[in-house]
Formats: sequence, structure tokens, C-alpha cells
Amino acid sequence: MGMTITEKILANSAGRESVKPGENVWLNVDVLMTHDVCGPPTIGIWKKEFGEEAKIWNKDKLVIFPDHYIFTANKHANRNVDILREFANEYKVDNYYDVGTERYKGVCHLALAEEGYNIPGTVLIGTDSHTCTSGAFGMFSTGVGNTDAAFILGTGKIWEKVPESMKFTFNGKLPNYLTAKDLILHILGDITTDGATYRAMEFDGEAVFDLSMNERMTLTNMAIEAGGMNGIIAVDEVTEQYVKERSSKEYQIFNSDPDAEYHSKYEYNAEDLEPVVAKPHSPDNRDTVRNVEGTTITKAYIGSCTGGKISDFKFAAQILDKQEVKVTTFIVPASTEVAAQLEVETHNGRSLKEIFESAGAVIAQSSCAACLGGPDDTIGRAVDKDVTISTTNRNFPGRMGSKKSEVYLASPLTVASSAITGVITDPRNFI
Amino acid sequence: MENTITGKAFVLGDNVDTDQIIPAEHLVYSMDDENEAKMYGKFALSSVPNDESGLPEGGIPFVKDGDFDSEYSIIIGGSNFGCGSSREHAPYALMKAGCKVIVAESYARIFYRNSVDGGFVVPYEGTQKLNDIIKTGDEVEINLDENKITNLSTSESYDLKPLGSVLPIVSAGGLFEYARKSGMI
Repeated sequence: MGMTITEKILANSAGRESVKPGENVWLNVDVLMTHDVCGPPTIGIWKKEFGEEAKIWNKDKLVIFPDHYIFTANKHANRNVDILREFANEYKVDNYYDVGTERYKGVCHLALAEEGYNIPGTVLIGTDSHTCTSGAFGMFSTGVGNTDAAFILGTGKIWEKVPESMKFTFNGKLPNYLTAKDLILHILGDITTDGATYRAMEFDGEAVFDLSMNERMTLTNMAIEAGGMNGIIAVDEVTEQYVKERSSKEYQIFNSDPDAEYHSKYEYNAEDLEPVVAKPHSPDNRDTVRNVEGTTITKAYIGSCTGGKISDFKFAAQILDKQEVKVTTFIVPASTEVAAQLEVETHNGRSLKEIFESAGAVIAQSSCAACLGGPDDTIGRAVDKDVTISTTNRNFPGRMGSKKSEVYLASPLTVASSAITGVITDPRNFI
Repeated sequence: MENTITGKAFVLGDNVDTDQIIPAEHLVYSMDDENEAKMYGKFALSSVPNDESGLPEGGIPFVKDGDFDSEYSIIIGGSNFGCGSSREHAPYALMKAGCKVIVAESYARIFYRNSVDGGFVVPYEGTQKLNDIIKTGDEVEINLDENKITNLSTSESYDLKPLGSVLPIVSAGGLFEYARKSGMI
């Protein structure tokens, strides 16, 4: 019997010829990533459990990106970054990207890609549920908690139950009014927030392989919103070009066998799909934009590991060009590289930054910012009864701040269109 | 591990996510400093919508305003308990508030493994939906040997799914204890 791409990578990492779904295996971790929210408690557990003798299993494989609570006066949040800095200094962790320096990168999931840590065929574990983002590079990546991360920090190993795989195929060409965000919200509406629990979500089809790496990462990023253990897309020339520009590491390419077994298969024709939103308060609460068109919003937010990549801002600029926003609109580039690209990338002869500024949007510094609410002084945080339309990943009660607020998740095209009108608006009205 | 755990039940609905269990703004407290760590107990389940907090009536806080721990030590949840972020602070916060066992219909993967590997709470799955049978405030007993929950208020018993492959880790009290016992570290 054949194996899926996920099964092959796990078998390889476990030093096995083959694995089957449901088996528990110990994996050898290629990269462990942590950040300012979960790094300090991970370090605390590692020190406590391994004692005086605590040693990092492999410093080259540890990557630390402070990114969550960065631009805040909250003293506890700032102390967390101090703990990371002291740890990196004491243990000489080279792959530490400190706040307030030129090395600062911003949101970890995009930074992992940009800094060349996403390598096909490898196993990357992070203390963040959206670690599944890296699966866009034909690799296994998943999120864990502090205890598991502390165990990896000392041993380089983690146990995992081999997941069953689900396959999602998007045939045909993606119309210009849809983005990868519409595709993943569409899937979530079909399978719900626990439709892929403990499973791998494999994305396939012409419309998927037509996507840039940035857009592919939007698909794999939200695998966790369906409960998925990992999201994964096979390697093609687009992947290889991105990886080779950012890393000189050698890598192995795995592909699913034609006779691999799947838990289930879903097939879509990309051309038949509509722009969609996830209504409050769940990412699976899908509706078409047409059905909710006219709903009043108080804020628009374009940012995060899901929707703050340069591809997202190109979509937004296409809509916001020569327009003015009617509600407070936040542009939060996920990484400092994206922030720099906003000044270089152009649309109709103007930089994206100029387009956003002249439209009246607020451009913030790179970080996770209000995607997860954060400390009270976080830019873009939902207050009181805010209704935010956002390119982020979750709209659970209180997710972006106030417990009374509501969040609609949507594509950057839909968010930008709605920002102009002040009500939820179908991007086809502007394209 | 104790053989039986008795306590008051706190009942919740489906899809209780980690932002409801411990809102992200509170993730800044140290877990090593006891004065700060107890804040996790204080804010446990603080973002559950009011009408879904303490079913069937709702409107019951898990931790009373001003307190640091809860009078409820057993949580009865619905499906997809603990979905959302990877924050280990979620099962930790429940433990700090005094929760020992959760019985849910199903769990999100990371919350489940955090509960087990951190040794914070025992995450049982019911063999049937229990959050519309057991009421908040009911006195319940969990028998860990027999994988059974008894509602002492009604004397009804219900089977729980055995913990299966994670039982050795749960019994050891967490991943590190398990790894030490088995000679891995």
C-alpha cells in the first residue's frame, strides 16, 4: 500500500521504512521554533526538568522569533522578551531575532519561510498552533505546547500519532476576485472546526499549484482552524525557486503515492466558488459575501501570519488604489521584510505604502498585533462592540480583544472593499 | 494517580476554544512565580460567553470575582474542547483553578496533548454526550480504574473511553516523568 506525503516524511523522520495512520512514532525534529509567549515557559520547564545539566540538543536547530507582544508598555510582556534575550545570550543561540535590532523579523510563521528554515521533507515543530503554515513547503510542521517544546529542546524528539490524511483538490483556474483565503474558508464551512482533528490536510489541484508560496501558506496556515495536525502541499518548481533563493540546504522531496489511502477526498472547481466570509464567532461559520453584504463594520484589519503577507497587500492595494477608507483600517505587515516591500512594490505607478496612506489607512509595525487581541495598548485591538472585518485566522469570542466585539474573517480583497464602503462589500463591485 | 476523583461539575458547550479558556492578554504572567501563576487560575474560563458559562442555565462564573480558584473540579464539555491556539497556559489555567478532570465529547489535538504531556488535567472522552445530562453544580465522581463517571446527585453512571495509548503518560504524571521512568532521559 502506498503512503501519503505526510506519512513518508514522518517515516523518514522516525527512521522507519513505512508508517501507518494511528501508530505512535518518535520523530527527530529538524527545527524547533518558539516565540515570546511560549518561549519563556518552555525555557522554564526545560531548566526545571533537565536541571543544572540542561543542554540544548542542537543550537542550530533552535529558532526564536519574538513576535506576539512587541510594541506594548505591558511590563510582563516586555519581561518575556527579556527572558528570551538573556537565554539567547547565555546559551549562544544564533537564530534569535531580537526586537529593536535590524534582526527583528516579525511574525514567526512568515519569518521561518523568509529566513530559509522551511526545507522540503523536514519536520518543523513550533510552540504556536499556526506552525502548520510551513507545510506549504512540502514538509511536516505542527504546533505543540511548552512541555513538548521543552522536551524537544533537551532531546530533539517528539512523539506523534501518525495522522490519517484528507485531500482537498481545487481544479481549474482561480478567478481574480478570489484568493487562497476564500478557498480555506470554503473548506472550513464544509468540514467545520473539528473536521480534520488529528488529521493531515493535503491540498492539491491546478488552482493550488497556480498559487504563489505566500498564498499557499494561507491555505496551510488555517489547517489548524479545522483541527488539522498539519497542512501540506507537495513541492513543485515554485517551491524550489523560493527555497533556493533563501537557503543552500539540501533537501528531499516526497510525494503521495497514487495508491495512498485517504480518510476522505474533497474536490472543488475553483471557478464555481464565491467570495466568502466566516461570520462571528467561528472560522467555520461560512457565508457568501453577497449574503452578508451591507453589514455595518467599525474596523478593517489586514495583517497576521494568515493575511499580512505581501500577496495580501497587493490584493488590498488593487482595491484601495485612488479610494478612501470609511472605517479605521489597519495595515499590519506580518514581517519587516513585508514592511520594506510595501515601499518597493507598486501598483499603477505608486508604492503600496503610498496607496494605503493616501487611502487613509493606518500602517503599523510588524508583529502579531491585534490578531489575538493582546495587551490593552495593542494597535488595532477590538474595543467594546467593534465589528471588525479581518484577514486574520480566528473569530472566536473575544479573540481580537473585547468580549463584546464581533469579527468577520475574509480575504484581503473583501476586507479592502468593505473598508471603502464601511459595510461588508463583495470585491466584485471594485474589480 | 488517585483512583477516584470527586467534585462539583462545571458544564460547558461545544467548541470551547483556548481564547475562552485563558484570553491571550493574560499569557504574560510567570508560571514560576506563585503570586503571578495564580492569576492563571483567576482568569480561567473568563472569556466564555456569559450565557454559555455553567450550563444549562448559564451566567455562572467558573471562578468567582476576586477568587483565584474554582469550586468546580470537574469540567463537562462538548465537542472539540480546547480548539484554537497551542497555548499550554489553557490546561495549566484550568489546573491552577482547581480542575482535575475534563470529560468532553472530543478534544482539539494540541489541547489534548498539552493536558497529557504537562500532567495538568486528565482529558477523558465520554462514550455519550454528557453536557446535556449533567448540570453545573452536580456532585460527580470519576473512577479512573473503571473509566466511569457517576453523577452522585442522580446516582447515574456513564462509561468513559479508556485513555488508551496516553495512559502511561497520564499515570506517570506527564511526559517528563514518563520519559524518566522509561529511561529515555
